[in-house]
Amino acid sequence: MTEYTARQRISRSEVAHVADLARLSLTDQELDAFTNQLAAVLDHAADLEALDLTDVEPMIHPLPVHNVLRPDVVGETSDRNEVLSCAPSIENEQFRVPPVLGESP
Amino acid sequence: MSTNATTEIVPGWETVIGLEVHAELATATKLFSGAPNRFGGEPNTNIDPVSLGLPGSLPVLNEKAVELAIRVGLALHCRVQRSVFSRKNYFYPDMPKDFQISQYDLPINGEGWLELADGRRVGIERAHLEEDTGKSTHVGGGGRIHEADYSLVDYNRAGVPLIEIVGAPDLRSPEDARAYVSELRSILVAIGASDGKMEEGSMRVDCNVSVRALGETELGTRCEIKNINSLRSLGRAIVYEARRQVDLVTSGGRVEQQTRHWDEAEGSTHKLRSKEEAYDYRYFPEPDLVPVEPSDEWIESIRAALPMLPRERRRRLADEAKIETAAAALTVERGMDDLAVEAIGLGADPVRVLVHLENNLADGIGSLSAGPFAALIAMEVDGNLTSTQTKTVLAVLVADGGNPAEVATELGFEAMEAEELEVIVDSLIAEHPQDWLAFTSGDDKERKKKAGFFVGQIMKVTGGQADGRAVNELLARRADA
Repeated sequence: MTEYTARQRISRSEVAHVADLARLSLTDQELDAFTNQLAAVLDHAADLEALDLTDVEPMIHPLPVHNVLRPDVVGETSDRNEVLSCAPSIENEQFRVPPVLGESP
Repeated sequence: MSTNATTEIVPGWETVIGLEVHAELATATKLFSGAPNRFGGEPNTNIDPVSLGLPGSLPVLNEKAVELAIRVGLALHCRVQRSVFSRKNYFYPDMPKDFQISQYDLPINGEGWLELADGRRVGIERAHLEEDTGKSTHVGGGGRIHEADYSLVDYNRAGVPLIEIVGAPDLRSPEDARAYVSELRSILVAIGASDGKMEEGSMRVDCNVSVRALGETELGTRCEIKNINSLRSLGRAIVYEARRQVDLVTSGGRVEQQTRHWDEAEGSTHKLRSKEEAYDYRYFPEPDLVPVEPSDEWIESIRAALPMLPRERRRRLADEAKIETAAAALTVERGMDDLAVEAIGLGADPVRVLVHLENNLADGIGSLSAGPFAALIAMEVDGNLTSTQTKTVLAVLVADGGNPAEVATELGFEAMEAEELEVIVDSLIAEHPQDWLAFTSGDDKERKKKAGFFVGQIMKVTGGQADGRAVNELLARRADA
């Protein structure tokens, strides 16, 4: 495993924070491994940053395609009973979920 | 925007308000799939794999939603630009795929402005496209979110296209805030972008409030208030929140940046999250959607098809009627300005047109059209109908339509013939020689008093059929003779 110590581009606690945001539970070993791997990715990005890119337009999508649009025409809908039958808990034709603290962000 | 110093909620303190308005766009289908965009359906019937975020489903952008978003941008004088979609990541059951597709660093509409009825301009920071979430109903605990036993989720609304309009912190009072939302709603409805129904949730307002001492130029720490469901609540929430913040600051505390929940029943706001607990959405570009780059031709064709906006309609009516723009606001708000402009164009007296529209037609114009309206006003101005009779005829025209002259005849409102009036006036002069002498030789005050006496007598004799102005003119003529 490549060692990134003194000039590490991402800290172990930052990785732990991101994992927490993504609701991922990582072991100490995983946290170490991912910190090193993410640091390597960031190092690679830093290599690109070293280039003079003043005349290069930022790329916002890898494909040279834009305006992929569909007409506003109603299509098929899913069968409610079929969909609800996949849910672990339903009530009044709705999905029943555990209580959620607070409201939608 | 100029500030209005007469609107302090707490004396010596200025309230600074910025609003974020979400409006559901009036499309037939959702933003990224063909499931219907329809309010009030049976739960979980307007759904498909994309609305449910099923694995393998892919979003395809609705052309109509883009067109409506551009309409909004143009109506708000925004820069319409190349845009991209981003994923806003959070875990909440109203978004089954655990992210909301929104626009972040490159919104479809950049900066613009909105003009209030009184002519002041409010800045628009951006207006971007995003998908709506599903609807959660909290069960148990008296319906209160924090005490709920569980929640039920209906995904009919998930994926409905929204435009989020972010206003600059240019508003200074609850009245400003309400005027801004009313004007925005009028614009959205006029251009057919949204039905603007706050009561059905198709238009929702989040409100940022901060306070600062009068004269201070730095902005104070703001709180964002959610769950505002009406214009009335918006005003109440701002007043409550401004007082709360001033109380905090003047008692030695400081305002903490928070998201707060408006409780309509309690008439207060309470803390939902602090800045430290604020969501970290980890936005990143949505890889399944390509950029949107509306061509100049498309933008211009959308601009050309825009109807006249409330601001332009106020200006048109004000020009036609030769009044201040603000005085045209009510008639435009009621959507009666076309009738007014047409009637004035047909020669109707502008003052009488607006008086009738504002005072006598608050419940709508019904079957009234410009031709009969103008003819009726001419009859009133010419003295063929008294103002009371005019109102009565107007009510008939609103209910049943028709010709005002015929309606007046049917109602027995025959205009008093000039000769008939003269006979009555002459006989009254003969019956009251002292009063007549006082009228002809008295000072202005006396003359006015006696004119009132004679008009009153004539109305009594004619049962109110005589036209007051014609009587006054006749009295003046007789006095000069």
